[in-house]
Amino acid sequence: METFLEAVNKKIHGVPLQACYHCRKCSAGCPAASYMEFNPNKVIKMIQNGQKDKVLSSSTIWLCLSCETCITRCPNQVDIARMMDVLRQMAIEEGVAAREANVLKFHEAFLSSIKFGGRVHEMLMTVHYKLKSGDFFSDVDIAPSMFLKGKLALLPPRTKDMKSVKNIFEKTKTK
Amino acid sequence: MKVSYYPGCSLHAMGKEYDQSMKAVSRALNIELKEVDDWSCCGASAAHNTNFDLSIALPARNLIAAEKDAMDVMVPCAACFNRFKMAEHHLKADKDLKARIEGVLGAKYQGGIAIRNPIDVIYNEIGIDALAAKVVKPMAGLKPVSYYGCLLLRPPEVCQFENYENPFMLDKMMGAIGADVKNWSYKTDCCGGSLSVSKTAIVVEMCDKLMGGAREAGANCVVTACPMCMANLEMRPSPNMKMPVFYFTELLSLALDLPGSKDTFKSHLTDVQPLLSQLRLV
Repeated sequence: METFLEAVNKKIHGVPLQACYHCRKCSAGCPAASYMEFNPNKVIKMIQNGQKDKVLSSSTIWLCLSCETCITRCPNQVDIARMMDVLRQMAIEEGVAAREANVLKFHEAFLSSIKFGGRVHEMLMTVHYKLKSGDFFSDVDIAPSMFLKGKLALLPPRTKDMKSVKNIFEKTKTK
Repeated sequence: MKVSYYPGCSLHAMGKEYDQSMKAVSRALNIELKEVDDWSCCGASAAHNTNFDLSIALPARNLIAAEKDAMDVMVPCAACFNRFKMAEHHLKADKDLKARIEGVLGAKYQGGIAIRNPIDVIYNEIGIDALAAKVVKPMAGLKPVSYYGCLLLRPPEVCQFENYENPFMLDKMMGAIGADVKNWSYKTDCCGGSLSVSKTAIVVEMCDKLMGGAREAGANCVVTACPMCMANLEMRPSPNMKMPVFYFTELLSLALDLPGSKDTFKSHLTDVQPLLSQLRLV
């Protein structure tokens, strides 16, 4: 049977995680490390140890900002940023609840907006996110000034060939 | 020169100041822009955080559309630029993925056009001297720090940006228009943009740290080339930490005294006008 480590390595499709010698340069440079449950190099260790459930249900994978500082500085070119993408996608595909649920809800709202019009409509996306997350009150103070400054378009922008956009979503669907 | 132009969603909404000033500056520097036909969103962080194939197919649709015009494609938004470069990187490195994505799109990806951001185009194609020669109104008294952020630079082998730990192109450009650019240690630090809405408390701390660093360096404003950084740095710092933030093209446009150069200052979420009037730049 494929181990967790093998499964993650296969999806990263690059330098295998075994190349990590735990110098912790990734964690030292990570701007979100202090907010994370496990530091990036700890996650690599946990994958090596086969602690799949603990990794996929951790806050770490959802607090990674994808700033790519880790891969930039890794002496062994271990693509930790890509690893985080792989882990998030695995968690979604295997139905593991996102520990930072709103982070995933924001991504879903963003993608729905693309699916709807081909381009992101910030107002619709925000409404969608608020409905999904129940976070109704944040940023309501900023919205009117954005609207007055012409930053929020009323009408959603639209790609004409929506068939091709919908087709992308349909054909790349994983679950 | 003539290039394909991919504005992306931000430049038609929150980042409209970037689109307007980009167009004005391009006109003045003889960079002719041809918008990519019927473009769609690049998928940004939402796609790569959740579905790898989707994160490649969305920018690939636009790359293929741009290839029809057979010119380099200029992508001002740092986030779109990053996703375009990432798609190019993976499509060129992985034949199976390329076949899969071409199957999804029903079209071939040639990989023959270069993906460029405007900092690179202006610095390397137009040149600092040619830019400086066009300056009508030097930005005297303006003390910016150049903020490059993440998405233009990393990962370095994908973005191929010069000097990714200590980039200098924006700094030189600001120097060329007469600004007193301040050196600082946070040029390439992350502002937390991707979690700005969903984990705001963390992002406030990150933005405060950046603004604190800019003040310590003696800056009176921040210059960026990313609509995510712009929105984040305008909205998220604590009230006492806020400072004017400009798109670099807005300042080029002002220094070249281009038509409409003052129009974009009105729509900033952190008021930039007191600083500009105090310095008699508007």
